[in-house]
Amino acid sequence: MVSANIDVAYVAQLARIHLQPDEKQKLESQLAQILEYVEKLGALDVSGMEPTAHAVPLVNIARPDDLQPSLAHEDALRNAPRQAGGLFIVPKIVE
Amino acid sequence: MLNQHTISDLTRRLAQREISAREITQSCLDRIQQVDGRVRAYLSHDPADALAQADAADQTIAREGWNEARPLMGIPVAIKDVLAVRNHPLNCASKILGNYISPYDATAIEKLRAAGAIIHGRLNMDEFAMGSSTENSAFGTTRNPWDLARIPGGSSGGSAAAVAADECIASIGTDTGGSIRQPAALCGCVGLKPTYGRISRFGLVAFASSLDQIGPITKDVRDAALMLKVLSGKDSRDSTSLPDPVPDYPATLSGNIKGLKVGLPREYLVPGLDSEVKKSVDAAVQKLVGLGADVCEVSLPHTDYAVATYYIIATAEASANLARFDGIRYGMRVDGNDPAELYSRTRGAGFGPEVKRRIILGTYVLSSGYYDAYYLRAQKVRTLIRNDFLNAFEKVDVLVTPTTPTAAFKVGEKAENPLQMYLSDIFTISCNLAGICGISVPCGFTSPGNLPIGLQILGPPMGESTLLRVAHAYEQSTDWHKAKPPLQ
Repeated sequence: MVSANIDVAYVAQLARIHLQPDEKQKLESQLAQILEYVEKLGALDVSGMEPTAHAVPLVNIARPDDLQPSLAHEDALRNAPRQAGGLFIVPKIVE
Repeated sequence: MLNQHTISDLTRRLAQREISAREITQSCLDRIQQVDGRVRAYLSHDPADALAQADAADQTIAREGWNEARPLMGIPVAIKDVLAVRNHPLNCASKILGNYISPYDATAIEKLRAAGAIIHGRLNMDEFAMGSSTENSAFGTTRNPWDLARIPGGSSGGSAAAVAADECIASIGTDTGGSIRQPAALCGCVGLKPTYGRISRFGLVAFASSLDQIGPITKDVRDAALMLKVLSGKDSRDSTSLPDPVPDYPATLSGNIKGLKVGLPREYLVPGLDSEVKKSVDAAVQKLVGLGADVCEVSLPHTDYAVATYYIIATAEASANLARFDGIRYGMRVDGNDPAELYSRTRGAGFGPEVKRRIILGTYVLSSGYYDAYYLRAQKVRTLIRNDFLNAFEKVDVLVTPTTPTAAFKVGEKAENPLQMYLSDIFTISCNLAGICGISVPCGFTSPGNLPIGLQILGPPMGESTLLRVAHAYEQSTDWHKAKPPLQ
């Protein structure tokens, strides 16, 4: 395992979560403690083990590619924080 | 007091026209009025809507008679605030969803409606189902009906407290690492986590998609069997739902467990196991022996690695699943000068501390340079844990353990120490990693303290029939499930 050293500000930025300074400080010590605990997995020999992504693996579950009813336009917009003209309003994305 | 009765009692009397769905619903509403100011199991509920559904159920029964094909007709079922119910609020006990109203029904809700259930209320939980006490709810902590100074467990704490306090007849919870079984144990109810894939997750807000499973919390095992039969089955909208036929679960409750092989995992005798809990579970095992079961010790050698494995896999999946809460399409928004700033500010203001902690941990274990060391390794250890169970189930039919190491702890006792809180899930977490099924049934009370203790029974994938048969045989040989909390 790698050493339990986490750059909270950097990871929070990857996760798109703005943290207050006191939150960041608290998370640093809590996450260090948790990461130290999970270090114990390093003691196990996992060579040759297949990873389990799903406990009950099913493969190639598909349905016929037919047109089916889905969420109505107005239902999809119903919970939007800002909308106009049947669209979500977002900040400017391109200059 | 109709609200105190089980589904099977009430439906028998409904079928004979002794009582009405309106009377049942009104008794639940009266109880909510009486105790929920203190228990705080419900985040919101709509009495007029519940009574309208009850009247519709009464009209159906009057018109068509009792129909065995609709086994929940007229029964109020309360829902954890993580499943979509059309035109009801959905918050996941988080601020980030704002005033979200669900535009559709989850498959589990559709099935409950098709069975005739009255869908009523939104039950409190840990925010996004992350926690073991409901203290992570953005809307306040639910209290344990057996002792209002204590937590009801979590994350489905509202679901367990509402059933224990007789504020509903049954409820729906979700279980990612014990979130049905642990609160059911701490509140003295029956809580069933089905095999992964048994119940469709369509319309369930995802926390950790490879671990999440919907299940019932009920007043006895027969009700759990009944609910499971209604909820189970393949759903084309959830590609992980399993195609296996759905047995008539209530019909399998024969009371006979003679010759059944019960395994006791030796690794579950951990130092933190409370002596009262141990005493009750030992007595329950003796009861199973008395009923004719063969008991033997088994080994699940990788038990000690389960909590660490879980907190890597669950947080990794959560960090991806919760990316959808970005302030663009639904819920609250905190404006920014560009999309990235809007996302960060919205998520910084909308998520609570535990959710932030888990998203950041999950982002870290998936990030470049750490993925192999943490996430991939945890997935490999998950294979070892799963193999432990599959090997054990070659020797025994079910495993029996305590559901929790201790009875309900006090509000605030573990709130500042996330790792301590995580370690309290030690007996329930492996079941989700292995994708097997598990149930918690009441098996005693602490003395002094009078707090409920839960017995956990674990079964192999799709082993619900056996699981329920054992749980039912045990339950029927005791009176623990009949006890009511001292709540006036």
